[in-house]
Amino acid sequence: MSKLLEVKDLRVSFNTYNGEVQAVRGVSFELNKGETLAIVGESGSGKSVTSNALMRLLPEPQSIIKSGEILFEGEDLIKKSKKDMQKIRGKDISMVFQDPMSSLNPTMKIGNQIMEGLIKHQNMNKADAKKRALELLELVGIPQPAIRINQFPHQFSGGMRQRVVVAIALACNPKILIADEPTTALDVTIQAQILELMKDIQKKTESAIIFITHDLGVVANVADRVAVMYAGRIVEIGTVDDIFYNPKHPYTWGLIGSMPTLDSKDEELFAIPGSPPNMLKPPVGDAFAPRNQFALEIDTVMEPPMFKVSDTHYAATWLLHEDAPKIEPPEAVKQRMLGFSKTGRKDGEKS
Amino acid sequence: MTNEKLLEVKNLQKHFSAGRDRIIKAVDGVSFDIFKGETFGLVGESGCGKSTTGRTIIRLYDATGGEVKFEGEDVHGKKSNAELRKFNRKMQMIFQDPHSSLNPRMTVLDIIAEGIDNHKLAKTPEERRQRVEELLEVVGLNKEHATRFPHEFSGGQRQRIGIARALAVEPDFIICDEPISALDVSIQAQVVNLLKKLQKERGLTYLFIAHDLSMVKYISDRIGVMYMGNMVELAEADELYDNPLHPYTKSLLSAIPLPDPRYERERTRIAYDPTVHDTSEPAELREVTPGHFVRCTTKELEKYKRELSLKKK
Repeated sequence: MSKLLEVKDLRVSFNTYNGEVQAVRGVSFELNKGETLAIVGESGSGKSVTSNALMRLLPEPQSIIKSGEILFEGEDLIKKSKKDMQKIRGKDISMVFQDPMSSLNPTMKIGNQIMEGLIKHQNMNKADAKKRALELLELVGIPQPAIRINQFPHQFSGGMRQRVVVAIALACNPKILIADEPTTALDVTIQAQILELMKDIQKKTESAIIFITHDLGVVANVADRVAVMYAGRIVEIGTVDDIFYNPKHPYTWGLIGSMPTLDSKDEELFAIPGSPPNMLKPPVGDAFAPRNQFALEIDTVMEPPMFKVSDTHYAATWLLHEDAPKIEPPEAVKQRMLGFSKTGRKDGEKS
Repeated sequence: MTNEKLLEVKNLQKHFSAGRDRIIKAVDGVSFDIFKGETFGLVGESGCGKSTTGRTIIRLYDATGGEVKFEGEDVHGKKSNAELRKFNRKMQMIFQDPHSSLNPRMTVLDIIAEGIDNHKLAKTPEERRQRVEELLEVVGLNKEHATRFPHEFSGGQRQRIGIARALAVEPDFIICDEPISALDVSIQAQVVNLLKKLQKERGLTYLFIAHDLSMVKYISDRIGVMYMGNMVELAEADELYDNPLHPYTKSLLSAIPLPDPRYERERTRIAYDPTVHDTSEPAELREVTPGHFVRCTTKELEKYKRELSLKKK
């Protein structure tokens, strides 16, 4: 697999009246061609800021990229001028936003919104662009594209609108598609359709997807690799099987344990106590330590580095240090690591 | 859970006028009972009428037709102020959005004490404050929080304030309208644990409205599935998940992604096709096995019964 994107030690801060908010504090990851990387974390963990930084869509001048490199095909996107970025946005890297109600222009016909990028980036004439727009609408599964192309966003349902947004994002065959909670605002059945659509298109176009979400079910469905973010850092990264069946970081344990299985009934859910830290004053040491029942003394002093678990799997917790006590994940989490759905559901579905 | 009916909903209808002669039938003939001490889950897609059902039960909307009986008494219809007050004390609601359901210009103390004031449950200001502080501790906040304003709290904490407000008048029945949808995953578990704990301690009955099916399964004793303003299937939580009968329920269950990659690789989605139904007579909610109801015609009923007996063999 070839490296398409490499993010190195990215740090982003926002200047506010109250002081500097350190939203992203040293994020590094790689993205390979044709794979799907899911970034999970709570609101405020910095997942959207990271993805917006990749697109250079952060508001200026409030936000500052303090350090880091974003290497896309060997070129650093942070050093690009605004003009150069415009050539990349929508062409090489494009984005699907969370809310399909507000990410389309309500005064423009759907067709023109899709054609905009084609005319701009691929120097198509109007007739060719329209042809391509029709193909795209067909590709994302909108019935009667010839009629729909002349309609306005308000004439579409939420799921249909998100399909249009996906069509716009795909118009120029981007190498990277960033999807920022693309299904959070949608119903489960519509969500399933959009996820299937994205996977299907990925197979055809071989583009890489960065999928941002907080829904672990969706992650299990779409991701090849998963990065778990907490307080502006990646605390664990690995293949989807590493993260779900062999999680090492106590925060990942908490995330997995807080979801009920379809068999659990009377036992209490394994909740993470407390709430995420204030990023105006990030805690010294491991940011998760105050909520971590397994916190060691060193957690309050020094931030843990990334420890290697396997070639694909890394986690930032002192528990992986050779001198640390061997701690087993809590019982509730262990159960979930065996699999969520061994009984019940499956039979119900085959019928 | 006892067999005593706390709430009876019979053929409840709520229609909204959408200008001219257009009518939207948000809830179109829904019937179910809720027993004392149980949690009844109501699920469905957005727009299926589940929230409207909840809001009509608590009289936030006037019903277009049908009946809601709480402890044998009709909820709707004319009531004197005294009767209304009595009713309002017994039934409370927790809302979805903790950001917009708390008055930003009131302190937490005043928000929680509003019900106490209205029902004159505290004789002195001292007692009033004491009650609020107790409630704050019950929902896992500190009494120091009482003097603060809602914007000083996180989403999960605000939802706790909403729960404390509902508990202030010591209700028997609480309608939870998507209480965890707006919260982060790690906070959702905290709130669900709290709701379960309170139910055990105080013998509360819940109507839990949500679209997150795995959480609903976890918290509910019985679940009703709504589609386009109708109840299409109603059964005990395990029964519904193990033996879904209505095609819409099957489709809904097959669409939920579970946090289990191995399972996800095999999962196939069933699409719902409303044309498969028998239309020879109007469909209604019928009992297939004791406690398991499906909206169907008599012909379909036979089919479902056969399906179920084949599976149980």
